[in-house]
Amino acid sequence: MEKEVKKLKGISRELIALRVSRELEDGTCVNLGIGIPTLVSNWIEGRDIILQAENGMLNAGPFATEGNIDQDLINASCQPVTELPGVCYFSSGESFAMIRGGYMDAAVLGALQVSEKGDLAGWSNPARGLPEDIGNIGGSMDLAVGAKKVIVAMNHITNTGEAKIVKQCTYPLTAKEVVKLIVTDLAVIDVTPKGLVLLEVAPGLTAEDVQSVTKPKLIISPDLSEIQF
Amino acid sequence: MDKVYPSVDAAVADIPDGASIAVSGFFTAGTPIPLIQALARQGAKNLTIICMQLGPGNADIQQLVLNNQLKKAICNYPLYRSASRGANEPFEQAVRAGKVEVEVYPMGTFVEKLRAAGAGLAGFYTPTGVGTVVERGKEKRRFGDQEYLLELALKPDYAFVYAYQADRMGNLVCRKTARNYNPEMAAAARITIAAVENIVEPGTLEPDMIHVPCVYVQRVVKVDRPVYFPTID
Repeated sequence: MEKEVKKLKGISRELIALRVSRELEDGTCVNLGIGIPTLVSNWIEGRDIILQAENGMLNAGPFATEGNIDQDLINASCQPVTELPGVCYFSSGESFAMIRGGYMDAAVLGALQVSEKGDLAGWSNPARGLPEDIGNIGGSMDLAVGAKKVIVAMNHITNTGEAKIVKQCTYPLTAKEVVKLIVTDLAVIDVTPKGLVLLEVAPGLTAEDVQSVTKPKLIISPDLSEIQF
Repeated sequence: MDKVYPSVDAAVADIPDGASIAVSGFFTAGTPIPLIQALARQGAKNLTIICMQLGPGNADIQQLVLNNQLKKAICNYPLYRSASRGANEPFEQAVRAGKVEVEVYPMGTFVEKLRAAGAGLAGFYTPTGVGTVVERGKEKRRFGDQEYLLELALKPDYAFVYAYQADRMGNLVCRKTARNYNPEMAAAARITIAAVENIVEPGTLEPDMIHVPCVYVQRVVKVDRPVYFPTID
Protein backbone atom coordinates (compact mmCIF):
# COMPACT_ATOMS: atom_id res chain seq x y z
CA MET A 1 0.00 0.00 0.00
CA GLU A 2 2.79 2.44 0.85
CA LYS A 3 4.79 1.72 -2.27
CA GLU A 4 5.47 4.54 -4.70
CA VAL A 5 2.47 4.88 -6.96
CA LYS A 6 2.41 6.24 -10.44
CA LYS A 7 0.81 9.66 -10.82
CA LEU A 8 -2.77 8.92 -11.75
CA LYS A 9 -4.47 11.29 -14.13
CA GLY A 10 -8.14 11.74 -13.37
CA ILE A 11 -11.01 13.85 -14.58
CA SER A 12 -11.32 17.60 -13.99
CA ARG A 13 -13.27 19.30 -11.22
CA GLU A 14 -15.89 20.26 -13.79
CA LEU A 15 -16.30 16.63 -14.86
CA ILE A 16 -16.55 15.46 -11.24
CA ALA A 17 -19.42 17.96 -10.94
CA LEU A 18 -20.97 16.68 -14.17
CA ARG A 19 -20.82 13.10 -12.88
CA VAL A 20 -22.46 14.16 -9.61
CA SER A 21 -25.22 15.94 -11.55
CA ARG A 22 -26.15 12.59 -13.12
CA GLU A 23 -26.93 11.26 -9.63
CA LEU A 24 -29.47 13.99 -8.95
CA GLU A 25 -33.03 13.17 -9.80
CA ASP A 26 -35.60 15.47 -11.32
CA GLY A 27 -38.26 16.67 -8.92
CA THR A 28 -35.86 16.87 -5.98
CA CYS A 29 -34.41 19.54 -3.72
CA VAL A 30 -30.62 19.67 -3.41
CA ASN A 31 -28.06 21.62 -1.39
CA LEU A 32 -24.57 22.12 -2.80
CA GLY A 33 -21.61 22.72 -0.48
CA ILE A 34 -18.51 24.85 -1.01
CA GLY A 35 -15.85 23.91 -3.58
CA ILE A 36 -16.36 21.25 -6.27
CA PRO A 37 -20.02 20.77 -5.18
CA THR A 38 -20.79 24.37 -6.16
CA LEU A 39 -19.76 23.52 -9.73
CA VAL A 40 -22.63 21.04 -9.97
CA SER A 41 -24.95 24.02 -10.48
CA ASN A 42 -23.37 24.54 -13.92
CA TRP A 43 -24.66 21.14 -15.05
CA ILE A 44 -28.28 21.22 -13.87
CA GLU A 45 -29.51 24.37 -15.57
CA GLY A 46 -32.91 23.71 -17.09
CA ARG A 47 -33.50 20.57 -15.05
CA ASP A 48 -36.39 20.15 -12.64
CA ILE A 49 -34.18 20.45 -9.54
CA ILE A 50 -34.63 22.98 -6.74
CA LEU A 51 -31.36 24.31 -5.33
CA GLN A 52 -31.47 25.30 -1.68
CA ALA A 53 -28.93 27.78 -0.35
CA GLU A 54 -28.72 27.40 3.43
CA ASN A 55 -28.47 31.13 3.92
CA GLY A 56 -32.19 31.13 3.20
CA MET A 57 -33.23 30.57 -0.39
CA LEU A 58 -34.96 28.02 -2.61
CA ASN A 59 -34.62 28.05 -6.39
CA ALA A 60 -31.24 29.71 -6.42
CA GLY A 61 -30.14 30.35 -9.99
CA PRO A 62 -26.82 30.60 -11.84
CA PHE A 63 -24.05 32.95 -10.74
CA ALA A 64 -24.76 36.62 -11.30
CA THR A 65 -22.76 38.36 -13.99
CA GLU A 66 -21.25 41.80 -13.72
CA GLY A 67 -24.40 43.66 -14.73
CA ASN A 68 -26.88 41.89 -12.44
CA ILE A 69 -25.09 41.53 -9.10
CA ASP A 70 -27.35 42.21 -6.12
CA GLN A 71 -25.42 42.38 -2.86
CA ASP A 72 -28.46 41.07 -0.96
CA LEU A 73 -28.59 37.96 -3.14
CA ILE A 74 -25.75 35.55 -2.43
CA ASN A 75 -25.33 31.82 -2.02
CA ALA A 76 -23.93 30.17 1.11
CA SER A 77 -20.38 30.69 -0.19
CA CYS A 78 -20.97 34.48 -0.42
CA GLN A 79 -21.06 34.42 -4.22
CA PRO A 80 -23.62 36.62 -6.01
CA VAL A 81 -26.29 34.45 -7.63
CA THR A 82 -29.58 34.96 -9.45
CA GLU A 83 -33.18 33.86 -8.97
CA LEU A 84 -35.10 31.18 -10.82
CA PRO A 85 -38.90 31.09 -11.15
CA GLY A 86 -40.36 29.88 -7.86
CA VAL A 87 -37.66 31.58 -5.80
CA CYS A 88 -38.43 32.14 -2.14
CA TYR A 89 -36.50 33.48 0.84
CA PHE A 90 -36.65 32.59 4.51
CA SER A 91 -34.70 33.01 7.73
CA SER A 92 -31.73 30.94 8.86
CA GLY A 93 -33.87 29.30 11.51
CA GLU A 94 -36.34 28.12 8.90
CA SER A 95 -33.55 27.11 6.54
CA PHE A 96 -32.05 24.70 9.06
CA ALA A 97 -35.42 23.46 10.22
CA MET A 98 -35.92 22.54 6.56
CA ILE A 99 -32.52 20.84 6.41
CA ARG A 100 -32.88 18.84 9.63
CA GLY A 101 -36.53 18.23 8.81
CA GLY A 102 -35.53 16.03 5.89
CA TYR A 103 -36.50 18.25 2.96
CA MET A 104 -33.11 17.99 1.24
CA ASP A 105 -33.29 14.97 -1.04
CA ALA A 106 -29.54 15.23 -1.52
CA ALA A 107 -26.59 17.23 -0.24
CA VAL A 108 -23.36 17.35 -2.23
CA LEU A 109 -20.46 18.08 0.10
CA GLY A 110 -16.71 18.30 -0.12
CA ALA A 111 -14.56 16.28 2.28
CA LEU A 112 -11.10 16.03 3.76
CA GLN A 113 -11.61 12.34 4.55
CA VAL A 114 -14.31 9.71 4.11
CA SER A 115 -14.18 6.39 5.95
CA GLU A 116 -15.23 3.00 4.67
CA LYS A 117 -18.32 3.24 6.87
CA GLY A 118 -19.31 6.58 5.34
CA ASP A 119 -18.02 8.77 8.18
CA LEU A 120 -17.41 12.27 6.87
CA ALA A 121 -14.62 14.62 7.99
CA GLY A 122 -14.74 17.97 6.28
CA TRP A 123 -14.86 20.99 8.57
CA SER A 124 -11.46 21.15 10.20
CA ASN A 125 -7.91 20.45 9.17
CA PRO A 126 -5.81 19.84 12.30
CA ALA A 127 -2.76 21.11 10.40
CA ARG A 128 -4.12 24.60 11.01
CA GLY A 129 -3.03 24.17 14.62
CA LEU A 130 -6.09 25.55 16.39
CA PRO A 131 -7.87 23.94 19.36
CA GLU A 132 -9.81 21.00 17.97
CA ASP A 133 -13.24 22.42 18.75
CA ILE A 134 -12.57 25.66 16.85
CA GLY A 135 -13.15 25.73 13.11
CA ASN A 136 -15.66 26.49 10.39
CA ILE A 137 -18.47 24.03 11.02
CA GLY A 138 -20.93 26.21 9.14
CA GLY A 139 -23.91 24.25 7.84
CA SER A 140 -21.98 21.07 7.11
CA MET A 141 -23.02 19.02 10.15
CA ASP A 142 -26.71 19.84 9.76
CA LEU A 143 -26.62 19.00 6.05
CA ALA A 144 -24.73 15.75 6.63
CA VAL A 145 -27.27 14.63 9.22
CA GLY A 146 -30.42 16.04 7.63
CA ALA A 147 -30.10 15.24 3.93
CA LYS A 148 -31.63 12.00 2.69
CA LYS A 149 -28.58 11.28 0.54
CA VAL A 150 -25.09 12.66 1.10
CA ILE A 151 -22.83 12.63 -1.95
CA VAL A 152 -19.18 13.55 -1.49
CA ALA A 153 -17.44 15.28 -4.41
CA MET A 154 -13.69 15.65 -3.95
CA ASN A 155 -10.26 14.87 -5.26
CA HIS A 156 -9.27 11.29 -4.51
CA ILE A 157 -5.99 12.17 -2.77
CA THR A 158 -4.59 15.26 -1.06
CA ASN A 159 -2.20 17.71 -2.72
CA THR A 160 0.62 15.89 -0.93
CA GLY A 161 -0.52 12.51 -2.22
CA GLU A 162 -2.24 11.10 0.84
CA ALA A 163 -5.36 8.98 0.60
CA LYS A 164 -8.59 10.73 1.58
CA ILE A 165 -10.67 7.55 1.54
CA VAL A 166 -9.54 5.84 4.73
CA LYS A 167 -10.45 3.04 7.14
CA GLN A 168 -11.08 5.49 9.94
CA CYS A 169 -11.09 9.28 9.75
CA THR A 170 -8.26 10.93 11.67
CA TYR A 171 -9.61 14.44 11.07
CA PRO A 172 -12.51 15.82 13.16
CA LEU A 173 -15.80 14.28 12.06
CA THR A 174 -18.67 16.16 10.46
CA ALA A 175 -21.03 13.20 10.96
CA LYS A 176 -20.89 9.42 11.32
CA GLU A 177 -22.07 6.93 8.70
CA VAL A 178 -23.78 9.41 6.40
CA VAL A 179 -21.97 9.30 3.04
CA LYS A 180 -23.79 7.22 0.42
CA LEU A 181 -21.70 7.91 -2.69
CA ILE A 182 -18.18 9.23 -3.34
CA VAL A 183 -17.34 10.85 -6.66
CA THR A 184 -13.68 11.76 -7.20
CA ASP A 185 -11.35 12.60 -10.05
CA LEU A 186 -10.43 8.90 -10.19
CA ALA A 187 -13.53 6.92 -9.34
CA VAL A 188 -17.16 6.56 -8.32
CA ILE A 189 -17.54 4.54 -5.14
CA ASP A 190 -20.72 3.34 -3.47
CA VAL A 191 -20.74 3.17 0.33
CA THR A 192 -22.59 0.00 1.35
CA PRO A 193 -23.01 -1.98 4.59
CA LYS A 194 -20.58 -4.54 3.13
CA GLY A 195 -17.94 -1.95 2.34
CA LEU A 196 -16.88 0.39 -0.43
CA VAL A 197 -17.92 -0.80 -3.89
CA LEU A 198 -15.94 0.52 -6.84
CA LEU A 199 -18.49 1.29 -9.54
CA GLU A 200 -16.60 3.38 -12.08
CA VAL A 201 -13.03 4.43 -12.83
CA ALA A 202 -11.67 7.41 -14.75
CA PRO A 203 -10.71 6.79 -18.39
CA GLY A 204 -7.43 4.92 -18.68
CA LEU A 205 -7.37 3.72 -15.07
CA THR A 206 -7.80 0.26 -13.64
CA ALA A 207 -9.37 -0.92 -10.39
CA GLU A 208 -5.83 -1.61 -9.13
CA ASP A 209 -4.85 2.00 -9.82
CA VAL A 210 -7.74 3.26 -7.71
CA GLN A 211 -7.05 0.71 -4.97
CA SER A 212 -3.43 1.90 -4.78
CA VAL A 213 -4.58 5.32 -3.53
CA THR A 214 -7.51 4.08 -1.42
CA LYS A 215 -6.87 2.76 2.11
CA PRO A 216 -9.83 0.38 2.63
CA LYS A 217 -10.10 -2.73 0.47
CA LEU A 218 -12.45 -1.97 -2.41
CA ILE A 219 -15.10 -4.40 -3.53
CA ILE A 220 -15.03 -4.40 -7.32
CA SER A 221 -18.49 -4.15 -8.82
CA PRO A 222 -19.25 -6.88 -11.36
CA ASP A 223 -20.45 -4.02 -13.56
CA LEU A 224 -17.28 -1.95 -13.18
CA SER A 225 -17.07 0.59 -15.97
CA GLU A 226 -15.41 3.77 -17.10
CA ILE A 227 -16.98 6.88 -15.51
CA GLN A 228 -20.41 7.37 -17.04
CA PHE A 229 -21.40 10.91 -17.88
CA MET B 1 -44.80 54.31 19.71
CA ASP B 2 -41.77 55.76 17.94
CA LYS B 3 -38.61 53.66 18.27
CA VAL B 4 -36.44 55.68 15.92
CA TYR B 5 -33.08 56.79 17.32
CA PRO B 6 -31.23 59.77 15.85
CA SER B 7 -27.96 57.93 15.18
CA VAL B 8 -26.22 54.59 15.47
CA ASP B 9 -24.10 56.07 18.26
CA ALA B 10 -27.20 57.01 20.25
CA ALA B 11 -28.68 53.57 19.63
CA VAL B 12 -25.70 51.73 21.17
CA ALA B 13 -24.79 54.30 23.85
CA ASP B 14 -26.12 52.35 26.86
CA ILE B 15 -24.47 49.00 26.10
CA PRO B 16 -22.55 48.15 29.28
CA ASP B 17 -19.31 46.29 29.79
CA GLY B 18 -19.91 42.54 29.83
CA ALA B 19 -22.95 42.64 27.53
CA SER B 20 -23.74 39.84 25.10
CA ILE B 21 -24.68 41.00 21.60
CA ALA B 22 -26.03 38.95 18.71
CA VAL B 23 -24.96 40.37 15.34
CA SER B 24 -26.88 39.32 12.23
CA GLY B 25 -25.49 38.83 8.74
CA PHE B 26 -24.56 35.88 6.56
CA PHE B 27 -21.05 36.86 5.58
CA THR B 28 -21.67 40.21 3.83
CA ALA B 29 -25.45 39.96 3.39
CA GLY B 30 -27.49 41.84 5.98
CA THR B 31 -24.57 42.66 8.24
CA PRO B 32 -25.26 45.76 10.37
CA ILE B 33 -21.81 47.26 9.83
CA PRO B 34 -22.70 50.81 11.04
CA LEU B 35 -23.82 49.41 14.42
CA ILE B 36 -20.60 47.39 14.75
CA GLN B 37 -18.59 50.51 13.96
CA ALA B 38 -20.59 52.47 16.54
CA LEU B 39 -19.91 49.78 19.14
CA ALA B 40 -16.19 50.06 18.42
CA ARG B 41 -16.41 53.85 18.99
CA GLN B 42 -18.52 53.39 22.11
CA GLY B 43 -15.88 51.17 23.70
CA ALA B 44 -17.80 48.74 25.95
CA LYS B 45 -15.47 45.97 27.13
CA ASN B 46 -15.68 42.25 27.98
CA LEU B 47 -18.28 41.71 25.29
CA THR B 48 -19.67 38.38 24.14
CA ILE B 49 -20.39 38.58 20.42
CA ILE B 50 -22.80 36.05 18.93
CA CYS B 51 -22.24 36.16 15.17
CA MET B 52 -21.83 33.69 12.32
CA GLN B 53 -18.26 34.74 11.67
CA LEU B 54 -15.56 36.95 13.14
CA GLY B 55 -13.92 38.14 9.97
CA PRO B 56 -14.90 36.64 6.61
CA GLY B 57 -17.17 39.13 4.89
CA ASN B 58 -17.29 41.24 8.06
CA ALA B 59 -13.85 42.74 8.61
CA ASP B 60 -15.24 45.58 10.76
CA ILE B 61 -16.08 43.22 13.59
CA GLN B 62 -12.37 42.63 14.09
CA GLN B 63 -12.01 46.22 15.29
CA LEU B 64 -13.59 44.95 18.51
CA VAL B 65 -10.65 42.56 18.83
CA LEU B 66 -8.09 45.30 18.14
CA ASN B 67 -9.81 47.49 20.77
CA ASN B 68 -9.68 44.67 23.36
CA GLN B 69 -13.47 44.81 23.64
CA LEU B 70 -14.09 41.15 22.86
CA LYS B 71 -14.10 38.56 25.64
CA LYS B 72 -15.93 35.75 23.92
CA ALA B 73 -17.24 34.80 20.49
CA ILE B 74 -20.13 32.39 19.87
CA CYS B 75 -20.17 31.54 16.20
CA ASN B 76 -20.47 28.88 13.49
CA TYR B 77 -17.99 29.92 10.77
CA PRO B 78 -15.44 32.05 12.61
CA LEU B 79 -12.35 31.80 10.44
CA TYR B 80 -11.11 32.76 7.01
CA ARG B 81 -11.08 29.66 4.79
CA SER B 82 -7.47 30.22 3.84
CA ALA B 83 -5.16 29.26 6.71
CA SER B 84 -2.47 31.69 5.53
CA ARG B 85 -4.97 34.54 5.30
CA GLY B 86 -6.51 33.71 8.66
CA ALA B 87 -3.13 33.62 10.40
CA ASN B 88 -2.76 37.35 9.71
CA GLU B 89 -6.20 38.32 11.00
CA PRO B 90 -6.72 39.92 14.45
CA PHE B 91 -9.45 37.51 15.57
CA GLU B 92 -7.55 34.33 14.72
CA GLN B 93 -4.39 35.74 16.30
CA ALA B 94 -6.35 36.54 19.48
CA VAL B 95 -7.72 32.99 19.51
CA ARG B 96 -4.24 31.50 19.13
CA ALA B 97 -2.95 33.75 21.91
CA GLY B 98 -5.77 32.61 24.18
CA LYS B 99 -7.08 36.16 24.49
CA VAL B 100 -10.65 35.35 23.40
CA GLU B 101 -12.89 32.47 24.32
CA VAL B 102 -14.64 30.80 21.40
CA GLU B 103 -17.67 28.52 21.20
CA VAL B 104 -18.43 27.08 17.76
CA TYR B 105 -21.78 25.49 16.98
CA PRO B 106 -23.17 23.93 13.81
CA MET B 107 -25.06 26.65 11.96
CA GLY B 108 -28.46 25.07 12.50
CA THR B 109 -27.80 24.64 16.21
CA PHE B 110 -26.46 28.18 16.49
CA VAL B 111 -29.63 29.72 15.08
CA GLU B 112 -31.99 27.31 16.84
CA LYS B 113 -30.45 28.26 20.22
CA LEU B 114 -31.50 31.83 19.45
CA ARG B 115 -34.90 30.78 18.14
CA ALA B 116 -35.52 28.77 21.31
CA ALA B 117 -34.65 31.77 23.49
CA GLY B 118 -37.07 33.97 21.58
CA ALA B 119 -39.77 31.32 21.84
CA GLY B 120 -39.46 30.85 25.60
CA LEU B 121 -37.89 27.41 25.44
CA ALA B 122 -35.03 26.18 27.61
CA GLY B 123 -33.44 24.18 24.82
CA PHE B 124 -33.99 21.41 22.30
CA TYR B 125 -32.68 18.03 21.18
CA THR B 126 -30.93 17.94 17.82
CA PRO B 127 -29.35 15.06 15.90
CA THR B 128 -26.67 17.42 14.57
CA GLY B 129 -23.22 16.95 16.07
CA VAL B 130 -23.70 13.45 17.49
CA GLY B 131 -20.40 11.56 17.27
CA THR B 132 -18.38 14.77 16.78
CA VAL B 133 -16.49 17.18 19.06
CA VAL B 134 -19.74 19.15 19.30
CA GLU B 135 -21.25 16.53 21.62
CA ARG B 136 -18.65 17.05 24.35
CA GLY B 137 -20.15 17.85 27.72
CA LYS B 138 -23.72 17.66 26.44
CA GLU B 139 -26.54 15.36 27.41
CA LYS B 140 -27.06 12.71 24.72
CA ARG B 141 -30.42 11.03 24.54
CA ARG B 142 -31.97 8.43 22.30
CA PHE B 143 -35.45 8.96 20.87
CA GLY B 144 -36.58 6.05 18.72
CA ASP B 145 -33.62 4.84 16.71
CA GLN B 146 -31.67 8.08 16.70
CA GLU B 147 -29.43 9.89 19.18
CA TYR B 148 -29.79 13.59 19.89
CA LEU B 149 -27.85 16.25 21.78
CA LEU B 150 -29.42 18.63 24.26
CA GLU B 151 -28.61 22.19 23.23
CA LEU B 152 -29.64 25.11 25.43
CA ALA B 153 -31.31 28.38 24.48
CA LEU B 154 -29.06 31.40 23.98
CA LYS B 155 -30.51 34.71 25.12
CA PRO B 156 -28.41 37.77 24.26
CA ASP B 157 -28.75 41.12 26.01
CA TYR B 158 -28.74 42.93 22.67
CA ALA B 159 -29.15 42.11 18.99
CA PHE B 160 -27.89 44.16 16.05
CA VAL B 161 -30.07 43.37 13.03
CA TYR B 162 -30.41 44.78 9.53
CA ALA B 163 -33.44 45.58 7.43
CA TYR B 164 -34.29 47.07 4.09
CA GLN B 165 -37.40 48.76 5.45
CA ALA B 166 -38.94 49.45 8.84
CA ASP B 167 -41.78 51.49 10.19
CA ARG B 168 -41.31 53.69 13.22
CA MET B 169 -42.87 51.01 15.45
CA GLY B 170 -40.14 48.55 14.49
CA ASN B 171 -41.82 46.22 12.00
CA LEU B 172 -39.02 45.05 9.71
CA VAL B 173 -38.88 43.99 6.08
CA CYS B 174 -35.68 42.36 4.86
CA ARG B 175 -34.46 41.83 1.33
CA LYS B 176 -33.61 38.44 -0.20
CA THR B 177 -30.76 36.56 1.53
CA ALA B 178 -30.10 39.57 3.78
CA ARG B 179 -32.89 38.21 6.00
CA ASN B 180 -30.83 35.30 7.40
CA TYR B 181 -30.44 35.51 11.20
CA ASN B 182 -32.48 38.71 11.67
CA PRO B 183 -35.81 37.15 12.78
CA GLU B 184 -34.28 34.72 15.28
CA MET B 185 -31.79 37.21 16.74
CA ALA B 186 -34.40 39.95 17.06
CA ALA B 187 -36.75 37.64 18.95
CA ALA B 188 -34.01 36.25 21.18
CA ALA B 189 -32.49 39.49 22.49
CA ARG B 190 -33.77 41.64 25.32
CA ILE B 191 -33.02 44.82 23.32
CA THR B 192 -32.92 44.63 19.52
CA ILE B 193 -31.42 47.49 17.54
CA ALA B 194 -32.30 47.49 13.84
CA ALA B 195 -30.13 49.29 11.29
CA VAL B 196 -32.56 50.15 8.51
CA GLU B 197 -32.14 51.55 5.02
CA ASN B 198 -35.61 53.07 4.74
CA ILE B 199 -37.88 54.16 7.62
CA VAL B 200 -41.57 54.74 6.91
CA GLU B 201 -44.69 55.64 8.89
CA PRO B 202 -46.73 52.87 10.57
CA GLY B 203 -49.41 51.60 8.23
CA THR B 204 -47.21 51.97 5.16
CA LEU B 205 -45.67 48.49 5.06
CA GLU B 206 -47.64 45.61 3.60
CA PRO B 207 -48.79 43.87 6.82
CA ASP B 208 -48.69 40.39 5.29
CA MET B 209 -45.05 40.92 4.29
CA ILE B 210 -43.43 41.73 7.66
CA HIS B 211 -40.42 39.52 8.41
CA VAL B 212 -39.79 40.72 11.98
CA PRO B 213 -42.86 41.83 13.98
CA CYS B 214 -42.41 45.10 15.89
CA VAL B 215 -42.63 43.59 19.36
CA TYR B 216 -39.16 42.08 18.84
CA VAL B 217 -37.54 45.41 17.94
CA GLN B 218 -36.81 48.10 20.53
CA ARG B 219 -34.73 50.59 18.54
CA VAL B 220 -34.65 51.60 14.88
CA VAL B 221 -31.94 53.68 13.28
CA LYS B 222 -31.52 54.86 9.70
CA VAL B 223 -28.37 53.85 7.86
CA ASP B 224 -27.26 54.40 4.29
CA ARG B 225 -27.37 51.40 2.01
CA PRO B 226 -23.77 50.29 1.60
CA VAL B 227 -22.41 49.40 -1.82
CA TYR B 228 -19.92 46.56 -2.01
CA PHE B 229 -19.07 43.37 -3.88
CA PRO B 230 -20.04 40.27 -1.88
CA THR B 231 -16.98 38.13 -1.12
CA ILE B 232 -15.34 36.34 1.78
CA ASP B 233 -11.82 36.42 0.35
